[in-house]
Amino acid sequence: MTMIFGVPVQALLGQLLIGLINGSFYALLSLGLAIIFGLLRMINFAHGAQYMLGAFAAYLLLHFAGIGYWPALILAPLIVGVLGAVTERLFLRRLYDLDPLYGLLFTFGLALTLEGSFRYLYGASGQPYATPAALAGGTNLGFMFLPIYRGWVVVVSLIVCLATWFLIEKTKLGAYLRAATENATLVQAFGVNVPVLLTFTYGLGVALAAFAGVLAAPIYQVSPLMGSNIIIVVFAVVVVGGMGSIMGAIVTGYMLGIAEGLTKVFYPEASNIVIFVIMAIVLLIRPAGLFGREA
Amino acid sequence: MPALLEISGLNAWYGESHVLHGVDMVVGEGEMITILGRNGVGKTTTLRTITGILRKRQGVIKLAGRDMMQVPLHRTAHHGLGYVPEERGIFATLNVIENLMLPPNVGKGGMSLDEIFELFPNLHERRNSPGTRLSGGEQQMLAIARILRTGVKVLLLDEPTEGLAPVIVQRIGEVLKTLKERGMTVVLVEQNFRFAARVADRFYLMDHGKVVSEFPVGELPDRMDMLHKVLGV
Repeated sequence: MTMIFGVPVQALLGQLLIGLINGSFYALLSLGLAIIFGLLRMINFAHGAQYMLGAFAAYLLLHFAGIGYWPALILAPLIVGVLGAVTERLFLRRLYDLDPLYGLLFTFGLALTLEGSFRYLYGASGQPYATPAALAGGTNLGFMFLPIYRGWVVVVSLIVCLATWFLIEKTKLGAYLRAATENATLVQAFGVNVPVLLTFTYGLGVALAAFAGVLAAPIYQVSPLMGSNIIIVVFAVVVVGGMGSIMGAIVTGYMLGIAEGLTKVFYPEASNIVIFVIMAIVLLIRPAGLFGREA
Repeated sequence: MPALLEISGLNAWYGESHVLHGVDMVVGEGEMITILGRNGVGKTTTLRTITGILRKRQGVIKLAGRDMMQVPLHRTAHHGLGYVPEERGIFATLNVIENLMLPPNVGKGGMSLDEIFELFPNLHERRNSPGTRLSGGEQQMLAIARILRTGVKVLLLDEPTEGLAPVIVQRIGEVLKTLKERGMTVVLVEQNFRFAARVADRFYLMDHGKVVSEFPVGELPDRMDMLHKVLGV
């Protein structure tokens, strides 16, 4: 067996792949959080629950409407994103002028309510969601066996992350978002409807979480607690990357996913905490995060 | 000259603090007026209140006869009010072109990019630089230029010469003259009344949150002593 750094190549590459897949979810989720935090200055604690909602939306679409994976990949984020926009319009909007703690408490309460409701309706154990037929099975890469669906997750999440980055950094709408992040009042005085921009931004961030949820459904089970399992790690990713930095959130998501995977190879006992250790070190050395601007 | 901007009995508050106490002003179409006054007498606040950024306000603001008090902030520009803040408000995460193109077009008669680059050749050279890499003078030019693009009728300009080198101040004076020739209505806040004298038609002197006197530019020489005393320069 080929060895590298004293471990089998297969184990190394296998964990790298798992790290990359986890990293894809971290990147999608932290990207949404970063966008929301950038403009709304609000820590969206409901992000994990909205990721779970995305998975459940796909599951419910299949069971009650017979709508399969491919349409759900578009429909579920759309539905959950619109729910997010309504939430912003009805509730979050009233909290902007208050202490940031209120937004945090509200979204945390929302997360508990959503998770509790789905737990009541569907139980704590997960519901299976089948891998779409076109992506079932796997392929032998020579050095390892790659389930096709997992390869798909890595590729599609990368595309969505880069498309979101392009939207924010290279388009007119993105220029409004970036400018409003710096000085919302002035952008509004220029004639841009910033309140609508805020609603759209929250909806976009939530839709990204829901998209990640649909992607996750065939890999993990569709479970009410799937969000709370992952969200703490995602918060750590955002802190490491730097609050509000778009590229930072994406790169850090993949990086920390891989770091976690590699730790599983070399020192499995530490794999659950390695991200938090990195977070602590980054906070000590660069409190604004790896990609954050010093405030 | 028909009145384009009419302000009467304007009061404004920062929280509990009452800062404008019944400001009255009338600005004719194509006129350039200057608000003078020491620091903290309410000049910037007057502009922010007219724009609608400061919303705890009472009184009358009319633009071309239309009541502006109920217009939400994101609609004031569409009625023809353009605001250039004292701190210039250049966005650091946007480059020069993005900063320039940011404010939406709100009316006819805005300058084209070609006209803007003719008036401000520096901006063309630096069009791909991040906004905050510009010098103070260039940032001021950019702040003015991006409003001129939009086709607003009234320009509210807060201390455009503050902290700038004399040669840049002169350049801004030329820009204001060009605007005047094009028929732009301008409300200028300035501490530097010698600069303002070159471009303004009329002056309003403010103190303690209200207008204490109003006079045309022709009376400026007679009032020099009084202004030196009041402005402490």
